[in-house]
Amino acid sequence: MNDPVIEVVDVSKRFDEVLAVNRVSFSVECGSVCALLGGNGAGKTTLLSMLLGLLLPTSGRVYLLGTDMLQQRYRVLERINFSSPYVDLPQRLSVRENLTVYARLYGVRKVRQRLDALAGHLDIGSFMGRPYGALSAGQRTRVALAKSLLNRPEVLLLDEPTASLDPDTADTIRRFLKDYQQESGATLLMASHNMLEVERMCDDVIVLRRGEIVDRGSPAALLQRYGRETLEEVFIDVARAPEKGPS
Amino acid sequence: MNALRRIHAMVLRYTYLVRGSWPRILELFYWPAVQLVLWGFITKFFVTNSTWLMQASGVLLAAVMLWDVMFRGHLGVSLAFFEEMYSRNLGYLFASPLRPWELVSALLLISLIRTLAGVGGAALLAIPLFDYSIFGLGLPLLGFFTNLLVMGWAIGLLVSGLVLRYGLGAESFAWVSIFAIAPLSGIYYPVSVLPDWLQAVAWALPSSHVFEGMRAVMFDQVFRTDHMIQAVMLNSLLLMLGAGIFLKAFDSARRRGLLLRIGE
Repeated sequence: MNDPVIEVVDVSKRFDEVLAVNRVSFSVECGSVCALLGGNGAGKTTLLSMLLGLLLPTSGRVYLLGTDMLQQRYRVLERINFSSPYVDLPQRLSVRENLTVYARLYGVRKVRQRLDALAGHLDIGSFMGRPYGALSAGQRTRVALAKSLLNRPEVLLLDEPTASLDPDTADTIRRFLKDYQQESGATLLMASHNMLEVERMCDDVIVLRRGEIVDRGSPAALLQRYGRETLEEVFIDVARAPEKGPS
Repeated sequence: MNALRRIHAMVLRYTYLVRGSWPRILELFYWPAVQLVLWGFITKFFVTNSTWLMQASGVLLAAVMLWDVMFRGHLGVSLAFFEEMYSRNLGYLFASPLRPWELVSALLLISLIRTLAGVGGAALLAIPLFDYSIFGLGLPLLGFFTNLLVMGWAIGLLVSGLVLRYGLGAESFAWVSIFAIAPLSGIYYPVSVLPDWLQAVAWALPSSHVFEGMRAVMFDQVFRTDHMIQAVMLNSLLLMLGAGIFLKAFDSARRRGLLLRIGE
């Protein structure tokens, strides 16, 4: 068994009256592709934010690459990255300018070559000179992914990575991410609503509901456990179940 | 070295922003120049009608340029920070290895560059237009400039912290703060003009000591070290307060989950 690269220990997050995450613990092995699956308000984005140290948990500990993210996050931030549809890049800067700034923030060497390589992989070369604010939602998603891959992260956190992409582009991106993971041995943790994406890409699925983990397993194991043919059916079962666990 | 690289990356980010927009480049020079021209003509009129102004005809021009140092220094920090909030970029920035103090350093550096460009342009324009050179103040000018710039930075950080804490609805603090300080700073008139109780407030501001010191140089040809020392001490406190509030607001934003949610 590989060492855990992500460790979440008894983490809770309360926003005033709302308990967004309730005593969640899990770990993710090195080199795996893991999904956080759950409906709106399940706590996926809150968990990703706490993993990055952008949000402080009310209680519990978070470790990435063996480092305590509450105390020493700057030790590892150069080795991880993330993309999210809830964050944007500066609208008035061109795509190339934006990526250049982030490449320098992450200490990327040979910036121009890295940008050109990513432009090819993610098919963003034709609009590298355009302002980020002038791009379509799908183009922005691809640029955000390019940003998240600039530093060849060992841990990549993705919040709805193929949101706003057409099926063809989404498929290309999934393949690229999968290839990247296999070549680099990186660990991917993604929050997604897209069941097809989770089935295709992930070895491991953590199912969340109202801030708690209600199930976990490989896509095949979950299908078998719930007696369903697709993860979408599993998702609906979990969302509508009065209690946690299989119905 | 890594910290310098990240500060440079952020300076590059703000440079790209200005470079890509000719109205922004124009704006850098436009407002200081307009202020200068306005006060230049006021000076021309009063210099023949005011015995006070006759003693040092450039006093209003020096005042308007030095005030602009603080104004530009403040806006250079706060507007650059608001830019990150407008573009909902804080989540990506603070998920990167960029430390808050590195962002602050970049904001201060870009503010210095913008202030030097804007006020420096106006200072050069004053020479042919009104036959006045602020550089005639000599070495004290460096002290006045530095103090007002640092005061502008401190207020900029304080306002940025408040906006980070309370959201972009609080951005009017940027204007409210600076225009509230202006009448108390004795920019165009001595602090003694103010009512007694207000003078006590004025002397708590570094800017009042700078402008009083400036008038001492121009009218009496005396460099008042007492005013300079008080300005430096008050600025040190103000800068610590501004930086403290900004860092406190950053911590609060991390607790409340604002770094991912904040934006237009």
